Amino acid sequence: MTKTLTIDGVTIPFEDGQTIIQAATAAGIYIPHLCHNPEFTPHGSCKLCTVKVNGRNCSACTFPAMDGQEVINNAKDLNADRQKITQMLFVEGNHFCPSCEKTGNCQLQAVAYHLNMLDDHFPLFYPHRELDASHEEILIDHNRCIFCTLCVRASHEQDGKDVFAISGRGINKHLIVNSETGLLKDTDISASDKAAHICPTGAILIKHTAYQVPIGKRIYDHQQIDQVTLNSESEHDK
Amino acid sequence: MTNKIRVATTSLAGCFGCHMSFLDIDERILELAEVVVFDRSPITDIEHCSADCDIGLIEGGVCNSENVHTLREFRKNCKILVAVGACSINGGLPAMRNFIPLEECLNEAYINGIGVENAQIPSDPELPLLLDKVRPIHEVVKVDYFLPGCPPSADVFWKFLTDLIAGKEPSLPYDLVHYD
Amino acid sequence: MQVFIQDLIKNNGYQATDLLAVLRAVQAQYQHIPKAAIEQIAALLCISRTQVIGVIEFYSFFHLSPRGHYDLLISDSITDHLLGKHQITAYIEQALQVKLGEVRSDGLVSFDNTSCTGLCDQGPAALINGYALPHLTPAKIDQITGLINQQIPVSAWPADLFAVNDNVYQAGLLLSQTIQHGEALHAGLERGFKETLKELDISGLRGRGGAGFKTATKWQYCAEETADARIVVCNADEGEPGTFKDRVLLTTHAHQVFEGMTLCAAIIGAEQGFLYLRGEYLHLYAPLKAVLAERKQAGLLGNNIINAGFNFDIQICLGAGAYICGEESALIESLEGKMGIPRNRPPYPVTHGYLGKPTVVNNVETYMAAAKIALNGGEWFANVGTDKSKGTKILSICGDCAKPGIYEVDFGTSIQTILDDCGAKDVLGIQIGGPSGTFISNTEFARKIAFEDLATGGSFIIFNNSRNILDIVNNFTHFFAHESCGFCTPCRVGTSLLKNQLDKIVNGHGSAGDVVALEELCQLVKTQSHCGLGQTAANPILTTLERYPELYQAQLKKISYEPGFDLDAALETARQMANRNDAAAHLSQLED
Repeated sequence: MTKTLTIDGVTIPFEDGQTIIQAATAAGIYIPHLCHNPEFTPHGSCKLCTVKVNGRNCSACTFPAMDGQEVINNAKDLNADRQKITQMLFVEGNHFCPSCEKTGNCQLQAVAYHLNMLDDHFPLFYPHRELDASHEEILIDHNRCIFCTLCVRASHEQDGKDVFAISGRGINKHLIVNSETGLLKDTDISASDKAAHICPTGAILIKHTAYQVPIGKRIYDHQQIDQVTLNSESEHDK
Repeated sequence: MTNKIRVATTSLAGCFGCHMSFLDIDERILELAEVVVFDRSPITDIEHCSADCDIGLIEGGVCNSENVHTLREFRKNCKILVAVGACSINGGLPAMRNFIPLEECLNEAYINGIGVENAQIPSDPELPLLLDKVRPIHEVVKVDYFLPGCPPSADVFWKFLTDLIAGKEPSLPYDLVHYD
Repeated sequence: MQVFIQDLIKNNGYQATDLLAVLRAVQAQYQHIPKAAIEQIAALLCISRTQVIGVIEFYSFFHLSPRGHYDLLISDSITDHLLGKHQITAYIEQALQVKLGEVRSDGLVSFDNTSCTGLCDQGPAALINGYALPHLTPAKIDQITGLINQQIPVSAWPADLFAVNDNVYQAGLLLSQTIQHGEALHAGLERGFKETLKELDISGLRGRGGAGFKTATKWQYCAEETADARIVVCNADEGEPGTFKDRVLLTTHAHQVFEGMTLCAAIIGAEQGFLYLRGEYLHLYAPLKAVLAERKQAGLLGNNIINAGFNFDIQICLGAGAYICGEESALIESLEGKMGIPRNRPPYPVTHGYLGKPTVVNNVETYMAAAKIALNGGEWFANVGTDKSKGTKILSICGDCAKPGIYEVDFGTSIQTILDDCGAKDVLGIQIGGPSGTFISNTEFARKIAFEDLATGGSFIIFNNSRNILDIVNNFTHFFAHESCGFCTPCRVGTSLLKNQLDKIVNGHGSAGDVVALEELCQLVKTQSHCGLGQTAANPILTTLERYPELYQAQLKKISYEPGFDLDAALETARQMANRNDAAAHLSQLED
């Protein structure tokens, strides 16, 4: 017999070993997320995918699907909290969308659009963060890093390298690269690495490729992230 | 005339792009003029807000002392204050100077920059002084609504104002929410 | 340096899990971790240099740039504040000619804050090169200044400077009589270890760290896992401000703690054990090693323990300044030589703990109690306490009272009884369970110490009526922002936002909407954070806001909004550079 759980009252099947988000994606239900990508080990840090499981808050990307679970996902209070968490990500970094070449293709922005976020709500931190433009083909703009660790995981799990890591504690957390100089050019990254293409924001960019698609005609300019994500991630899960 | 909704607009540390975008409502401005009258605004050349403005639209962030005074004048005289565009919401492009110490900025502009003659920091009391950082307006006064975009499209202005005028809680559908 | 590190890592057997120990040694030797050391350590331990850098930047006691040869860290706990931390800090700055947060220009001395050092009953306290200095007085500072100026190594300083007292004022079930070495193990063997687990179950013993999970159940779960190896961990990362009972237990009752761990090993079938000792208790490291050696000598550790055919050994691992490592899965990460970031659950440590092996993590006091229960039986313990909270609780009482120290009380004891026992008068309120616990007011002293009423890992900080509640809350809120590991968004950003928002209110810039915004933010951080740190970081604000709303209101201005930053100060640079001071060169914080 198929095991099932419910999300917002809809009964969906799942297989043993699946997380809630995997079961949801397979069933065509979108749960907002940024640090999760089905290609890599779940991380559970951004907390956008927090859902209520039998009344308790759980990260859908790490919590196992279990028979009979009652999951609440698309609820007003959860979405309000998700919006605040997204606003936190905006104020702790420096996200000036009009000056960012990732605009329109950025998942942070797209989640914010999806949640109808119109302002930053909190006071901005304006932290001082650096650029690393040392590499010929790849740029790191630390201003836009949200510590999702997708580059860390992609480099380790898919590229078989360890180019990226997160260092520091608390609000001083930052992305570091694996080279003696601390510069990207001295790492063994290559522009064809998965890690160079996985960044959900404009923190890691391939040089010389910006503005090939004009602003206004980009992914999230006309499509919502829920549909885009469900299309790509359910494809992967197959 | 007196029953019309009184709207004031200004640009602080902005580029007037939001104002230009507002004007892109094109012929709809005639429809708007039926119900709205413009108070202090670059459109009218009125220098100070009347005490009974209904809506204040603020473009740009807060970069100097004059911006603070202007913003306070708007807050004091407008029932509803609206942050219009990226700069008023998060400082925008002008806030990208926040990562360079103000001292360096001023030295580069007035002392050490290429082509500077008669190098000196201007000290005329008529000139507003720069704040150490450019701030979004919600960090200086209470803001009621936010219209994101760089600039917000004409449709954003139209949707927002027509909602307000119709007595509805303004809302922006997905297509009208942009940060770029 | 190359040889030093080579030998160090060789002695440690090239284990990546020893990264913290290696870094502690390098930091002690060279006052920082030099770049070349990072490369060498990474190569010898076969880990990436980013892991080494990550760990250095995560733990407060590791540094990438040099500290002074004498690194003085003053405890910034509220309990030290009550005992004159500010005054002694000013005196130190004067005497040693170094500002708080700086390294003296000659590189000899550095001076900084550190989180609670667990000397709350004998503060203001500090650490010098990691070693505890209790009861700082101007006279002691003069003495220390002399020692430093003569460049006498800390190891040669007079012992009385480091004399830490136990201050046990009230002994109950556990403290009144210590068991003989090996007695609990023999009792367990005679009864049978399975039967002993049953006794533990009967005793109703729950974890003493604060969370209160039933100990027998935890051990049972771990024992039931199919695995080739199991691990016993003792959590001595006593970082909750105001707690110091584990320090006393490990000073005077270490045998019994180790015996409890060994008993656990016998019951669950573990051969490897760790005592994770917080870095602030460096002074206990050598004595504890000696206790382990003594027990090995006596056949109470090592191979074929008490001739019962089981093997078990305990290793002591020192932390390096990170409150978060008191969280059991962060502690396990730290034991593995990593940053102390709490893991996702499930899986839980009882199934996937240290290096993926089933692991029991318990508090110092829990093991101590377990040992005595093995000897005296479950009923002996269960007869004391309340229905849901059996036995006793060892409290670390500090703050405004005549006799701060250790009090073992039966569960169910009322707060008023405890206050009478420790000589507290004119009490305003009590922080129970540390900053992550609850602040109770003086109308609640009939309440009881129990899991079902006021749970505590041991922290019990008393404040008298001369104290300012907002100062206390502010200290705690800054503490959490400093200690957040940064893993999840709500805690990483939220604790910093809470700190800023509370500062705004405390500094008198709060307006009507600010308390509402503060409370909203508290709820978000509480409900959305990944682990206990974030989930409790807003407790100081929430529990005082609930009890003293008028205090917060009094801080607010009767306006709808005021900027959170100092407007006039923001003009200072421009004013200076333009050489102006006219009226137009200034801004009022509020509209005139």
